[in-house]
Amino acid sequence: MSDKVVRKMLSRLEGYSFDEVPWVSPKPLSECRVAVVTTAGLNQEGNADWNPGDQGFTVLSGKKGDFTLGHFSPNFDRTGWVVDSNVVIPLDRLNEMAAEGKIGSVSDTHISFMGAQPDHTLETIRLDTGPAAAKVLLEEEVDVVLLTPV
Amino acid sequence: MGTLASVFEQSGLATVAISIIREQIEATQPPRALHCEFPLGRPLGKPGDSIFQHQVLDAAFDLLKAESGPVLVDYPEEINDDADAPLSCTIPPADDSDKHPAEAEARGLLPVWRRSYEKYGRTTVGKVVTPEQVPEIITLFARIADGEDWTSVGLPGDPTKLGADIKNFYEEASLSLSDGVPGARQAETWFVTQTKAGDVIQRARIALEKQEAGSYFTTYILPMTQVRDPEGDSND
Repeated sequence: MSDKVVRKMLSRLEGYSFDEVPWVSPKPLSECRVAVVTTAGLNQEGNADWNPGDQGFTVLSGKKGDFTLGHFSPNFDRTGWVVDSNVVIPLDRLNEMAAEGKIGSVSDTHISFMGAQPDHTLETIRLDTGPAAAKVLLEEEVDVVLLTPV
Repeated sequence: MGTLASVFEQSGLATVAISIIREQIEATQPPRALHCEFPLGRPLGKPGDSIFQHQVLDAAFDLLKAESGPVLVDYPEEINDDADAPLSCTIPPADDSDKHPAEAEARGLLPVWRRSYEKYGRTTVGKVVTPEQVPEIITLFARIADGEDWTSVGLPGDPTKLGADIKNFYEEASLSLSDGVPGARQAETWFVTQTKAGDVIQRARIALEKQEAGSYFTTYILPMTQVRDPEGDSND
């Protein structure tokens, strides 16, 4: 079975959409502070675990690095991550873009949740942990968020 | 991913989401999404290829120029996985002790795993056990595969997490047994189809099903790409 077949099977999962698409018009990208929010289940401090159904989040320090991928699902490739973490959280690439002036700056603070949540309504993320994580980034004066799945 | 993007946007942050499953992003309608037909686990597409990663990021950030949404754009290049082409790895000689053959195989791989860790500085092993503990855990799964009650063999934790530690240990070791960066899922297929430990976990999965251990354990102990019956029945 190929990855494409897996993606087709997973496409049948339900999703939650907002009644109205929220919209923020950003400043020019060259003036924006950028952070990454990933659903890869990343941790720091060597923790390689993340429990199924946990809709919490981790705050990641880009300067510290040394991320550990703890996502519970076996249904995705991990060797790409082991070889090059930029394939999930592209901080080296963003720093290069900042040096080139394409983006204003890269936040030192990034966020991870874990995808593949059994509760497709994501009630905890929508009402609690999501807004709390956004507050963390707003306090870091982040303008733009790049979201990456696994 | 799409719902999460909307939560952040609603909180005042402009968002760009990379998508890997198009139907999910269509269903959740984030403000801006770049859909990439890339293998799961590799949202930037190509590990070790900074030029390609920059191209993906440029395409993603371009969506910020839109004046209204939702915006959903397809990245023009597709990347396929290599699940049907297992890595070609020469497994080093097994530990010559009287251990179970799969445990002996894993003991022989420990120095190889260490080489990968030294090279890349990153591991996904450690949900329950350390890499050094992986070989002895394989013997516990071999006992389950051979019919022992899974609750009485002394597993130190959740069988699915232990299965992940074993699979991840092998996949990371394989990085030092092959040339270059493997295609997506190549190491996974090598582990399940070419190694003694992979055979043990496959048979243990079937034993867990027979023992009605619970769907969570049997569903997630191996990737859905690799669920098959070693006695003959195969997946599609």
